[in-house]
Amino acid sequence: MRPGTAMLLFALLTLAACQREERDTRPQNSLGSGEQPTPVTTLEPGGQRASASDNKAASFEANAFHLSEGKRLFSWFNCSGCHANGGGGMGPALMDQKWLYGSSIESIHATIRDGRPKGMPSFRDKIPDDQIWELAAFVRSLSGNAPSSAAPQRNDDMMPHPSENRLPDAATLGKSP
Amino acid sequence: MKRLASTGFGTACVLFLQGCSGWQSALDPKGPAASELAWLIWFFTALCAVIWVLVMIALAAPLLMRPRTRSEPLALDAGADHRKLRVIVIAVGLTAAIVVGLTLLSFFANRTLAAIGSDAALTIRVTGHQWWWEVRYEDATPSRILTTANEIHIPAGEPVRLLLTSTDVIHSFWIPSLAGKLDLIPGHINVLDIRADKPGVYRGQCAEFCGAQHANMGTFIIAEPRAKFDAWWNDQLQPAGPPTNGEAKNGADLFLKRPCVMCHRIGGTPAGGTVAPDLTHVASRQTIAAGTLMMSRGNLAAWIADPQGVKPGSHMPVVELNGDELNAIVAYLEGLK
Ligand code: HEC
Ligand code: HEC
Ligand SMILES: [Cu+2]
Repeated sequence: MRPGTAMLLFALLTLAACQREERDTRPQNSLGSGEQPTPVTTLEPGGQRASASDNKAASFEANAFHLSEGKRLFSWFNCSGCHANGGGGMGPALMDQKWLYGSSIESIHATIRDGRPKGMPSFRDKIPDDQIWELAAFVRSLSGNAPSSAAPQRNDDMMPHPSENRLPDAATLGKSP
Repeated sequence: MKRLASTGFGTACVLFLQGCSGWQSALDPKGPAASELAWLIWFFTALCAVIWVLVMIALAAPLLMRPRTRSEPLALDAGADHRKLRVIVIAVGLTAAIVVGLTLLSFFANRTLAAIGSDAALTIRVTGHQWWWEVRYEDATPSRILTTANEIHIPAGEPVRLLLTSTDVIHSFWIPSLAGKLDLIPGHINVLDIRADKPGVYRGQCAEFCGAQHANMGTFIIAEPRAKFDAWWNDQLQPAGPPTNGEAKNGADLFLKRPCVMCHRIGGTPAGGTVAPDLTHVASRQTIAAGTLMMSRGNLAAWIADPQGVKPGSHMPVVELNGDELNAIVAYLEGLK
């Protein structure tokens, strides 16, 4: 390979890494309102929603900035008051492989926005939509469902569990099924 | 071209000199700590300048002087060697004396700084957040404890003790006209004592890089006569006044219904968020968002409509509001004097 080509390739590869850090702080209306129909029953076949994936989901799922914002908001909005850093308390654990309402980011977004019947409050109108997506992406990282290259790497205070980027996928515990 | 260069140089000098006075300058001291430091700065600079000039003369002199011609360059000259040795010994001795002298000076200056707040009657806890300052006035009576943001009122002429800490990353508190800078460290309390000799407004700035909006993390010390300060404290302790007209009333309702209530506190209402600046008397402050905008109705609207445009990366998200909702909320906040 000629040195010029090699350098160009290297530059392109470096640029590719920027996506992980992209910081969209304005609401991403162009991607849709995030208004998907919400299933209000507890029963979903396979615990997974059948509806098509939301356009917004992709831009939040593997983005390090949004994941760490989600982590900050999780404590700011006192999710820990009921979910105790993901370990579970009055609300269910969020770091295990069991999902009452589906593990997809869309389902979790719907849970936070509209609440769930057995005590999960609705945060509709109380948290802007993009911030709900950030929280949903972060909740998924608690059970190892976020790329380790993007999940938060540290805590500002004492760690209740290994940092999110080191948590194995709770469903398989890191082993292939 | 030359004209242009010299004009440019002149302008630059004037601009630099302007930095030496005003409401945020270590060279324009307004309190004992800053005076002590300014004196040290000037003394060190002057002494070092004198030494620099002497060294330059000592270097230049042999270059400019005609070399002495010696008939026998290799012959030993014990007398000359002795003279040189004496010069070296004297120079080393002087250097040591000066270094020790300067060290003693700064040691005694530090002692003066440490003594400023030994009898401080007022204690204020300043907590750094990305990118604003939480200010809490401590008092033995719990009902007199006051939390506000970004503006620190103090009684002029009295020592005040500041307890500095942080909740996220390391920040640094620096009011150049009043004192040297001191870090705010998460999980640790640093103590800084200050005194403003005269009433006035002194600007401060976070002095430790702390993230995207570090540059827009300003603060203000407002020193006022004791009576005025006491009146201010009592005013600030009052809960927010009720909205005065229909629009503001709407705004108050919206504030509670929309995300604002999740982060901000407004005393006397159910809004009790503690992760963002207390808005109970937000309109009594002179600036918005840690010195980023001046307080006015228009700027309040600009901030609430698009905090990410005014201060990109700030931890206040864009909350989508239509024009009427925005106006109503601004009308309400504007009345919170
Ligand atoms: C008042 C207590 C409470 C608070 C506060 C709370 N939750 Fe919940 N949460 C619950 C309860 C109870 C459930 C179970 C609901 C059910 O089974 O119907 C739940 C369920 C959930 C689920 C679904 C879990 C699953 O297995 O499908 C998610 C995700 C979730 N909460 C996230 C959050 C987030 C994010 C926050 C903060 C914005 C939050 N919760 C705040 C009580 C709470
Ligand atoms: C997620 C939390 C959050 C929400 C929701 C939120 N804010 Fe803020 N707000 C902040 C933070 C953090 C700051 C400080 C920003 C800075 O200076 O960097 C702030 C600053 C402000 C300020 C300036 C205060 C000052 O003294 O400088 C005003 C006014 C304000 N917010 C009003 C509102 C209104 C009105 C709403 C609802 C439409 C709202 N905020 C929603 C977090 C929030
Ligand atoms: Cu800073």
